[in-house]
Amino acid sequence: MSDGSMTIDAAIVPAAAARRPLPAHGSRRAYAAYALVTPAAALMLVMLLGPLAGVIALSFTDYQLGAPHFSWIGLANYQDLFADKVFWTALRNTLTYVVVVVPGAVIAGLAIALLIQSGTSLRSLYRTIYFLPVMATLIAMAVVWEFMLHPQFGLVNGLLRGAGLPAFAWLQDRNTALYALCAIGIWQAVGFNMVLFLAGLVSIPKQLYEAAEIDGASSGWARFRLVTWPMLGPVTTFVVVISGIRSFQVFDTVHVLTKGGPSKSTEVLIHTMYTEGFEFFRSGYAAAITVVFLVFVLALTLIKSRLADRGVHYT
Amino acid sequence: MAQIELSAIRKSFDGTDVLKGIDFRIEDGEFISLVGPSGCGKSTLLRIIAGLEPQNSGEVRIDGHSVDAVRPSARNLAMVFQSYALYPHLSTFDNIAVPLRMRRLSAIERLPLLGPLLPGRRAKERAIRADITAIAEQLDIAPLLRRKPGQLSGGQRQRVAVGRAMVREPRAFLFDEPLSNLDAKLRVHMRAELAELHRRLEATFVYVTHDQAEAMTMSSRIAVMMGGELIQAGTPAQIYNDPGDIRVAEFIGSPKINILPGRIRKDGGIDVLGTALRLACNATAGDCRVGVRPERIELGAGPFSGSVVHLENLGAEAFVHLAIEGAGLRLIARLADVRHLPAMGSTLAFGFASDAVRVFDPAGKRIELRAEQAERIREPAHV
Repeated sequence: MSDGSMTIDAAIVPAAAARRPLPAHGSRRAYAAYALVTPAAALMLVMLLGPLAGVIALSFTDYQLGAPHFSWIGLANYQDLFADKVFWTALRNTLTYVVVVVPGAVIAGLAIALLIQSGTSLRSLYRTIYFLPVMATLIAMAVVWEFMLHPQFGLVNGLLRGAGLPAFAWLQDRNTALYALCAIGIWQAVGFNMVLFLAGLVSIPKQLYEAAEIDGASSGWARFRLVTWPMLGPVTTFVVVISGIRSFQVFDTVHVLTKGGPSKSTEVLIHTMYTEGFEFFRSGYAAAITVVFLVFVLALTLIKSRLADRGVHYT
Repeated sequence: MAQIELSAIRKSFDGTDVLKGIDFRIEDGEFISLVGPSGCGKSTLLRIIAGLEPQNSGEVRIDGHSVDAVRPSARNLAMVFQSYALYPHLSTFDNIAVPLRMRRLSAIERLPLLGPLLPGRRAKERAIRADITAIAEQLDIAPLLRRKPGQLSGGQRQRVAVGRAMVREPRAFLFDEPLSNLDAKLRVHMRAELAELHRRLEATFVYVTHDQAEAMTMSSRIAVMMGGELIQAGTPAQIYNDPGDIRVAEFIGSPKINILPGRIRKDGGIDVLGTALRLACNATAGDCRVGVRPERIELGAGPFSGSVVHLENLGAEAFVHLAIEGAGLRLIARLADVRHLPAMGSTLAFGFASDAVRVFDPAGKRIELRAEQAERIREPAHV
């Protein structure tokens, strides 16, 4: 009996000894994993998370650019912000801009992609033409638009006069200035969306269209409803979110063409942030605006990832 | 139910002739297999019947009416694709419902939000549901109706694709290599199911495959295509036993038919490997090729001999690979009794019955033999 237990003990010892190196091995692997993650984590910390935390912290201070010291003022910046009529105007204008530009740029991008895809020749030429606004510097293009929309000798009013219609001061009228900027925004975003949609269209298996045809979907609209639109689901989600985020960021055209005027009718969030931060040097206040802006962008991103989880992707 | 007639169908892609004038008639209720090696134009022919590809010349008639100007959606044919082409965003139920909704609902009734509110839509939807339930019962896919194609196995997808084809009772079914994405075991199983389905529906099936076993086991008739031409059409037994062309003989049957070099003498007699066969034909003297199926080679006795270089024991049968000395030739013999396998390297005598011999001219065309001599060629004939 005791002999038996001896053998069992003897058998256990080497087993325990064999087990001991395992955790050491495991932690060595964990070290290796951390070591491998470190460069990326450090970069993210320095480039993304650090500045973000800095901006959030700054929004609770009364720091002014170049000031030797600053003090903690809690939520005072936010109180000011929410009491400021300009902020609410800017927010409303930004949302209007997003609501007009996103559907416009997505639908136009899809329509152009479908036209190019169904065309037989000159595909790459059209692709290049529509992609030009994306590649061009928006500031320079904004200047071109300024000439085109000029009340006296602009191309747009020239065409209107030619058609017997009255000319219009597009960027100088507070009722039309924001929509003129929306039109420029759509023009600028269409090319990018078109390229994404084209890539999505190419990846739809041809056999699905053939199956649809055999199943009786004889009209182009029926095939679009049955195959194209659902199969473009993932691309469409992506395009909508990207267009949304980019529209929220609208700044260059506003800054070059209207500076937020006339009478704040084109004031948008980022422009307010720029004015407060870099013209009035109220960095803490500008940081608070940035935080509000980030909340909207974050919300859009969350919606996208939620949609992506909800089976817009099929496999 | 339909009869399909093809006359002088030609098709070329970028100057390459894919179909070089196909004339063929598919009878009502037939299970026709279009079989051939890849690139022979069989899929293109199927797509021309479906209307997915226009032919360069020639005419397709269904039930006597030319359909060349008729869109695929209006031809009322169903097609099962190699990839099944199920709509990935729709459930099995909705996939099968597509052809019914496309036909029974008007464009307005199909609108996403407004459609369901219209009067009559609900009754039609109920009829559609009843039809789909019936089909799902038949195909054993009732528990899968709510799943998306991505959650189905290959065999299940295949069945859903068949269901989508069956549900609207088309005039004919077109199959484009529907089993080639399945594993070997499932393929054999689905072969039986499809043949059974054909017997039950009594509909016209046109089935494209490169797998001669599928063609042999399912079809009522096989059409063998090579290089854009339809070489031979007939029942599986005719195609197997009476190939009109050496390419047909070589394509149909596994393992492949043994081809031996032969000579036709001036008197019409035939020599194979220097041995005269007790056979004669009326062809002109010269080289010929002689085909003998593996199962018709009789091992153990005969005028020929070869050494065993390879053995394939499949359990129920075995294939013996023989190398013929001096001829640089290999042939395969089927052995029904696997309990007595020859030893590797041993030399075996073999022969074959004269009715097992198919003779082809150098161009590959079949040479008819004179029927009178049907003895066994166990012993070499005296010349």
